[in-house]
Amino acid sequence: MSNDGATENGTIEKVSIIVSKGSLEGIYPALIMANGARAEGIEANLFFTFFGLDAIHKARHEHIKLATVGNPGLHLATWAGGLPGMSSAMTQYMSHKMDQLDIPPIPEFIEMIADTGAGLYACQASVDLFGLTRDDFIDQVKDIITVGEFYSLAAGGQIIFT
Amino acid sequence: MASKVYDGTEVAVDGEGFFTDPQQWREEMAPQIAAECGIETLTEQHWQVVKFMRHEYAEKGTGPSVRALSKTSGVTIKELYQLFPKGPAKLAAKIAGIPKPRGCI
Repeated sequence: MSNDGATENGTIEKVSIIVSKGSLEGIYPALIMANGARAEGIEANLFFTFFGLDAIHKARHEHIKLATVGNPGLHLATWAGGLPGMSSAMTQYMSHKMDQLDIPPIPEFIEMIADTGAGLYACQASVDLFGLTRDDFIDQVKDIITVGEFYSLAAGGQIIFT
Repeated sequence: MASKVYDGTEVAVDGEGFFTDPQQWREEMAPQIAAECGIETLTEQHWQVVKFMRHEYAEKGTGPSVRALSKTSGVTIKELYQLFPKGPAKLAAKIAGIPKPRGCI
């Protein structure tokens, strides 16, 4: 009988979080979930796929932007969101607000999460698709794995897709 | 509301075992609480963190998050998770007899 990765008393013991987006608002929730899990003593893995790879990409992880076009949650008119410089301006504004709340920038946050003992993995298929190599990624990435290997890693715990 | 006995004294704890009244805590209780959390011995570094938690609680009315803990206590994130594998801010707060810190970072 399956228990959905929960123990006898219903607590979560492990979470494996998929990061598939490359925008600021697409990446942060996964990081907060992973860091929060570790703080509760829950084992955590982060699996970066598709544009999520930017978060662990040495040349790109400092340049993650907020999506300002076609992002209804921003309550910003599409034409305004598409103006030159708007994405950078909004990203800077958002980063400033997060800094005030002591929410670290993505590179620092990911390094912190790796320090907590969480596993960081890149998706083999996406790596092939974008023509990337191990050298493109930050040192904290444990391995480049396939979806099947991810499922093995995640076994016995919860899987969260972001 | 429940209660537990540490060092021969009865203290009030919440559903998760955190002290509801930090004033009831005594240093002698820390090793016993730690043992319950799976930490058999409290080293110098453990004590450094525990004392820091109480200090922060006394000053700010709440314990720090793991990140705040690493930035101000002088113990790194890696070290914190080695000392308290099942969640540093959570465990250190329990051992220090202060309420569980609320926060998302």
